[in-house]
Amino acid sequence: MADETYDKFRNCAVEVLQVAPEKVTLEARFEQDLEADSLDLVEFVMALEEAFDITVEESELEGVETVGQAYELVTAKI
Amino acid sequence: MLAQAPRRVAITGLGVIASCGIGLDAFFEGLARPIGTEERRVEDFDPAEYLDAKEARQTDRFAQFSLASAEMALADAGRVDTDPVRSGVIYATGVGGLATLQEQMGVLIEKGPRRVSPRLVPMMMANAGAAAISMRFGWRGPCETVVTACASGTHAIGNAYRLIATGRCDAVLTGGAEAAITPIGGQVAIGPAAFANMTALSTSGMSRPYDVRRDGFVIAEGAGCLVLEELEHARARGARIYGEVLGAASTADAHHITAPSPGGEGAVACMEIALEDAGLVPGDIAHINGHGTSTPLNDLAEAQAIEKVFATPGFLSPPVTSIKGVTGHSLGAAGAIEAVAVALTLERGLIPPTVGLEELDPEIHLDVVTGAPRPFTPGPVLSNSFGFGGHNGCLVIGPEGN
Repeated sequence: MADETYDKFRNCAVEVLQVAPEKVTLEARFEQDLEADSLDLVEFVMALEEAFDITVEESELEGVETVGQAYELVTAKI
Repeated sequence: MLAQAPRRVAITGLGVIASCGIGLDAFFEGLARPIGTEERRVEDFDPAEYLDAKEARQTDRFAQFSLASAEMALADAGRVDTDPVRSGVIYATGVGGLATLQEQMGVLIEKGPRRVSPRLVPMMMANAGAAAISMRFGWRGPCETVVTACASGTHAIGNAYRLIATGRCDAVLTGGAEAAITPIGGQVAIGPAAFANMTALSTSGMSRPYDVRRDGFVIAEGAGCLVLEELEHARARGARIYGEVLGAASTADAHHITAPSPGGEGAVACMEIALEDAGLVPGDIAHINGHGTSTPLNDLAEAQAIEKVFATPGFLSPPVTSIKGVTGHSLGAAGAIEAVAVALTLERGLIPPTVGLEELDPEIHLDVVTGAPRPFTPGPVLSNSFGFGGHNGCLVIGPEGN
């Protein structure tokens, strides 16, 4: 199940950030490793909200710098 | 005190994207080819040739056209190498990212405000094309967008010319792009629907400028870009010079939001001021690249205006052509695409014909070029554009002088 969830999560990142799937690791940093700017992150979160039918408030994104942190945020809500 | 000698402005690079061809040769050859009744889409444009996958996803088609046309024009110009702060971008559009706006309106209605893309604003804004060009090439001088409907492209080039002539810039990337006919998610595009309902579009689907049966314009997309460069700078680096921008003018009808002023009064003023700016008299003009949209009102008003300025006893007019018979009307890109056509007309000594024109309107007394391209001894060319809102724009482009 966890794999399925991660696949779905990763697909959102690949689609929005236009990066290769293998680059989307838990350690990857959005800004430095995935070249994502702040608008990319907003778009990414929107895609996650849509895919997982969850709501992420802007305040919850503070301090989120890596893929792993974002993944944790999502899994805590489903 | 002696005034400083005015700086002269050379055209040293061209880029074009049109339904009849992408790139200079395909485009110019396409201008003589008969065409059907379809909307003038640029079917062969592949954004991947000019933008990486992420950029393409975050860039509306009109700004993709802007970037691609600028890329082509700079490649054509060779190493311009001007000081970045003295290098400008004046790039036009009529409506900007209309397709993105339409798409996101759908999202708003279907899914609510929380799903509207954070990219909507930077994708739809009319200045997105100019901004993308300056970012890609690092040109850090004036970077602005001109929006005057169907006169936008011509006004952009006029303003760019002025920036060089008056000493602010040494080079300017200028032109215009439009992509307002993209269907979104199975829905027809809102642009053509709106133009059709204001009865501006041809119901027959035929673009036939100055023809007695003309019944409206055929909507198009595309882009044209010119590298303008201070003449001595261009000469010093051995650049190929297509010609010089000799003059430009801009006037308003102050009459009606869509109809031209009677007798083309605003257009008359614009042509006269452009000639004066170029230091020329009507008899010096060797050819006119007309606005010629194929709408009943525009073509007659333009013809009357040209007659007023140019006709003398026994002389109708310099040879006039409208390339919109082939290209259709690409709104804010039209004037820029036509300026590219003028530069190529000078380079190749051929005036492209007004394709689609079979029977000249008996009320139009002009020497309109039809059939095959007409051989032409290069001389100053006037290029006209007129936009909804009563905006008039004229350029005078001539062969390189001494």
